Parts: sequence; C-alpha cells; structure tokens
Amino acid sequence: MSRLEISGLRAAVDGFEILRGVDLEVESGQVHVVMGPNGSGKSTLSHVVMGRGDYTVTGGSVRLDGEELLGLPTWQRAVRGLFLAMQYPVAVPGVPVGEVVAAAARARGVDPAATLDRIGTEATRLEVRDEFLARGVNDEFSGGEQKRMETLQLAVLEPRIAVLDEIDSGLDVDALSDVARRVEAMTEEHDLGVLAITHYARLLDELRPDRIHVLMAGRIVASGGPELAQQLEATGYEGLAADLGIEEMALRRPVAADPFAEPGF
Amino acid sequence: MTAFSADASRTLGGPDWLTRRRAAAAERIADLTWPSTAEEIWRYSAVDRFDPDRYVPVPAGELGLPGAEDVPGGGLLAAEAGERSGLVVVRNGRVVHHELDPALEARGVRVQGLATDTDGIAEPWLGRCSDASPDAFTVLHDAFLAGGAFVHVPRGVVVSAPIVVLHWSEGDGRATFPHTLVVAEEGSEVSVVDRYSSRGRDHLVDAVVELLVGDGAHVRYLSVQEHGPETWQVALQRAHLGRDAGLRASAVALGGDYARLRSETRLDGPGAESDLLAVYFGDGHQMLDFRTLQDHSAPDTRSNLLFKGAVEDEAHSVYSGLVHLRPEAQRSEAYQTNRNLVLTDGAGAESIPNLEIEANDVRCSHASTVGPVDDDQRYYLATRGIPPEEADRLIVMGFFDDVLTRLPVRSLVAPLRAAVTRKIEQRGSVRA
Repeated sequence: MSRLEISGLRAAVDGFEILRGVDLEVESGQVHVVMGPNGSGKSTLSHVVMGRGDYTVTGGSVRLDGEELLGLPTWQRAVRGLFLAMQYPVAVPGVPVGEVVAAAARARGVDPAATLDRIGTEATRLEVRDEFLARGVNDEFSGGEQKRMETLQLAVLEPRIAVLDEIDSGLDVDALSDVARRVEAMTEEHDLGVLAITHYARLLDELRPDRIHVLMAGRIVASGGPELAQQLEATGYEGLAADLGIEEMALRRPVAADPFAEPGF
Repeated sequence: MTAFSADASRTLGGPDWLTRRRAAAAERIADLTWPSTAEEIWRYSAVDRFDPDRYVPVPAGELGLPGAEDVPGGGLLAAEAGERSGLVVVRNGRVVHHELDPALEARGVRVQGLATDTDGIAEPWLGRCSDASPDAFTVLHDAFLAGGAFVHVPRGVVVSAPIVVLHWSEGDGRATFPHTLVVAEEGSEVSVVDRYSSRGRDHLVDAVVELLVGDGAHVRYLSVQEHGPETWQVALQRAHLGRDAGLRASAVALGGDYARLRSETRLDGPGAESDLLAVYFGDGHQMLDFRTLQDHSAPDTRSNLLFKGAVEDEAHSVYSGLVHLRPEAQRSEAYQTNRNLVLTDGAGAESIPNLEIEANDVRCSHASTVGPVDDDQRYYLATRGIPPEEADRLIVMGFFDDVLTRLPVRSLVAPLRAAVTRKIEQRGSVRA
C-alpha cells in the first residue's frame, strides 16, 4: 500500500504564486481526479509534484510513503514510484521507447530484458503499431499515438502512483477509451494509485474516480465523490464558482478560447 | 621550413612518374605562404597556431624502400578492419601491405600502393581532384607523397564488400602524407573505408582523398578519423562525379588535437547525385574543423549534406559550407544541414552555411543549429526515472542516430556507435 500526500503545497513561477496551498492524498488503487478551468494551476500541480525545475516551491510538502520528495530530483522521484504522463509528451528523436524503458529499468536496478519483454504485450493491448516502437519516442506522433505511448510506458514501468496530466487532451474517442481502460485496469491489477488532472469530465466515463477535486486559482475549492463531476457538467466551472462564492477562478490569465492553444500553467 | 626541402622530397624514391610529381610540388614549397585566419576559408580555424618548423617529414630511412611490406598480414589493425574484399595498410603515408579478393583481381580490380605502381596506371588519375582545389597543405602533401592507397575498379565491375584502407602514422614531431585515390570507372560500384589513427607528440597528418566517380558509377565512402590527442590533421577529401554517377560520402571524426577536413564534391555530369554525411564529436581541448563544398556544374544534379556534431569540455567545432549552383546547373537540387549540440559551457560550435546560386531553376535549402541538450527532453526522460547523465547519453546518441544508421558500411555502425558513447561517458575528464 502506497500513499502520496500533498499538503499545503505552494509554488511560484518567476515570483508569481500559482499553487496557494494544495492538500491531496492518493492511495494505492484509488483514482483521484483534479478538475479545474484553464489557468487554475492544474499543470503546475503535476510538474511541482514531479519536480520540474521551472517552479519554485514556496511551502508545503509532497510525501510518498512518508518520504519527503520535494528535495529530490525528478528522476529519483520516478525511481521511488512516481510517474508523470505528460499533457505534451516531448519527442526524443532517435531514441525509441525500448531504449527509454531499458534505461528506466537500469536506474531502478531491474533487469532491462524483462522490462523490454513487456513492451510487446502492452503494445498489443494498447494497439501501438510496431513503427511507433521503432521510431524515436513521440517523434512525429499524433496526439493519440503520444498518449498511447505514455500509457504503454506507465504500464511497463509499474509505478506506485501515476500523475496523468490531461491524458485526455488531443485524443479521439477510441484512443481515450483504450488509454482510460488500461489505466483503470492497472488500478485493479497492480493497485496503481492515480492522480488524474483534467479539464473535462469525459475522461471519467472510463476511468472511474473515487474522488473529484476542483482546483481554482491555486487551491482545492471543492472535493467530493463522482457526483461532483456531474454537478460540474451541469453548472460549469463558473456556476460552481458562483455557488461557492469564488470570484477568482484562474490566475493571471483569462480563460483561453481554445483550451489546447497553450499548455497553461 | 628547412625540413621540407626539395632534397628531402627527392630521397623518397618510387616510380619516375611519382618522383616527377613530387619534384614539381617541392619546387613550390619555398614560395608557399602559410594561411592565416584572416582568410575566410580559414576563419575560426587553429591555423594561426601552425608552425611548420615543429615537424619533419618521416625520413626515407625510416620509411624503407617502396615495396617492402613489413606488416605481413596487415598487422594489428587488420583485425579491426571488419568485413572486406580488400585491405590496404598505409604506415606513415606508404603502403606496407595490400590484399584483394582474387576473384576481383581476376576482373581487373586493382588495390595497391602508389609507390609500387611502376606501370604508372595511377598517373593519369592522381591529382585530378586535389589539383582542382589546391592550398599550401596540398602542395606540401604533393611534395612528400611517399605512396598511398590506389583503388581502381574497371568499367562495369561491382565490388560488394568494402575495401578497407588503414592509415597508421606515428612519431613525435613527424609529418605524414596519407593519400587515398579511388577510381571507379563507368558503371562500376565500390565501397571504400579509410580509417585514420596516429600516435605521437606533435604529429602532423596532411592527407588527401580523391574520389573519381565515373559515368553511372556508384561509390560509397566512409572515413573514420581516430587520431591521437596530439595529432594535427589537415585533410582534403574531394570527389568528382560523372553523368548519372552516385556518391555517398561520410565522415566520422573523433580524434586529433586540431583536425580539419575539407570535404568537396563536384557534380560534373548531368544526373549526378551525392549524399554527404558526417558525425563529429570533440572533447578535451579538441578542435574539429569542416569546410564543405557542393559544387554543381551540370544540370539535373542533386546533393544532400547532413553534418551533425557535438562538443563537450573545452572542445570547439567549425562547420563552414558552401553550396554552389553554377549557371549550367539548371534543375538541380542542393540541400545543406548542419546541427550541433554544445554539451558544456566551455565548449563551442560555429556553423556557417552559405549559398551561391547562379542558376534560376533550382531547389536549394540550408539549415543550421547550435544549442545545448534540450531541457524538455531531459525532463521527459527524468519523469521515467532516467538520471541526467544517462538521459544526455540517450539524447546525444539519438541525435546522431539518423546519420549513424545511414553510414555506408553496416559492419562499422555498431563499433562507431560505441566509440561515440565512450566520448559522452568521458565527459568532464578533460584531456591535457
């Protein structure tokens, strides 16, 4: 049983505070979904948990099974059992997924051969064609191919807790369903704990959440069961904000017309 | 310059036609002006540090008489030559061993030393390329050309396994003048690998490679430069292509203190095509210097250049390339791409692509990049649990992958990949 504990987490970029005290707990086998409008700090949350260098942590803690992660470099957080599936997976030309996974296995002191064997099984399960296994990872992949490849790595590396940053963006319905079902199965088969960050409720059709959290202006403003997502569907973020008496939903930037036009923060 | 005298040149021996060529060049040495970085073609180079008085040509007494093969079986390096149909071992610029598949010999293929070519078969070909693009170093080369490898493939003959030439030179304060002359006659096909290595303090390698690709002939060429850390190399590699000829020329440059390669291709015949590839990796205080020329002088010709390099520690690299589309080169295509990774703050790379277009119906492009390893790629790999040194190794090897996999000699791809990996893993251990 693993537990990711985020408490009082505050973080800034260029002196501007984006996370303003976030508390969350994810345990093995659970699916927690963080929803929020653009500019609420969703992506920042995932990158600060993972330790991306562009952010300055100004307070709070992130613990995995009691161990503080905030002082650790990203790769060590991953070795300890965290995984981040990126909203915009980065292309690494000339480095196929097999090399990525083998290097990741070596860093964990695991036999790369055993890990490599599992790529084939997962590729079949996630309908990843051989050409995408041979090519540099994410290099000229479509959005759907990228997310299938992120999910493949997640399944092969078997982390304890996975942070899924908008894994539903840039996906067609089939890809979304394949990806969500695979993640859902991992929560059952391997007791994977999931912290899924999303703008839309459509992810929740396949990835059945235990808890929904709503992030606005760098704070969790509401938490509840799956019914909270239904409420959001009905009222929208603005309706919920109005119900809660919140004036500021987003930080610094207004909501963009196209939610995929910019990574957000 | 006293060591590079006409008298010293005369002692080298060999056939009359070769000694005459040497003597003609030796006469010009006294009047040579050594280049400086004030000249555009030498800009950013280390030539201002060049002092000819630091070197003497390997004396005739040490070289021995032409024809003596004191490396029976090809010597130690032969084991590394890999799959081949022929082998030439060149020591200090003179062929000391050569062998060829008898079946190819029976078809008229010739692989031998220039200094033992008493019939003068090579005479009409030698200098065809290099005389068209001389500089002070080619004159010096011609005056002290002790021998060198000669590969001649007659019309229509296909040589499938590569012919490997191992150039080994050594000696403190010595200058050597390796030469490779490849003549592929009409409709023939051949692959040639030149492997250079050297040892010695203050060693100068003044090399020339000439690739004469006849009408409809196809040549695949790979040079691998693994000189010792105190070797200076100044080399010219030049190819002339006939009608519908094809050339894939590639270079892997890893060694040397200062190592310069002028890589020139002249597309003389309509329909000629050349593919030019290079991988270079500098560490310690190395300087790797490339000057390329894609010279289109016939219609419907095509050239595509991709040079990729990395520098770390205090190393520097220079890429300066010119695409020249002459008025007669209508309907030609020329592409030029140079990409550089700068892996440490103390390292640096220059990249200067140039176009000179004198024809109006052509397609042409150039691209050049210089930059560090991408932080986003590093972060991506870190989210998988890959530590930064390992991530850099993957990213750099991935960067080189498209060139390494296209090198024309398959059997050398894996060892060269390993050699590049060693460079990455040695980062920080700056050599003296």
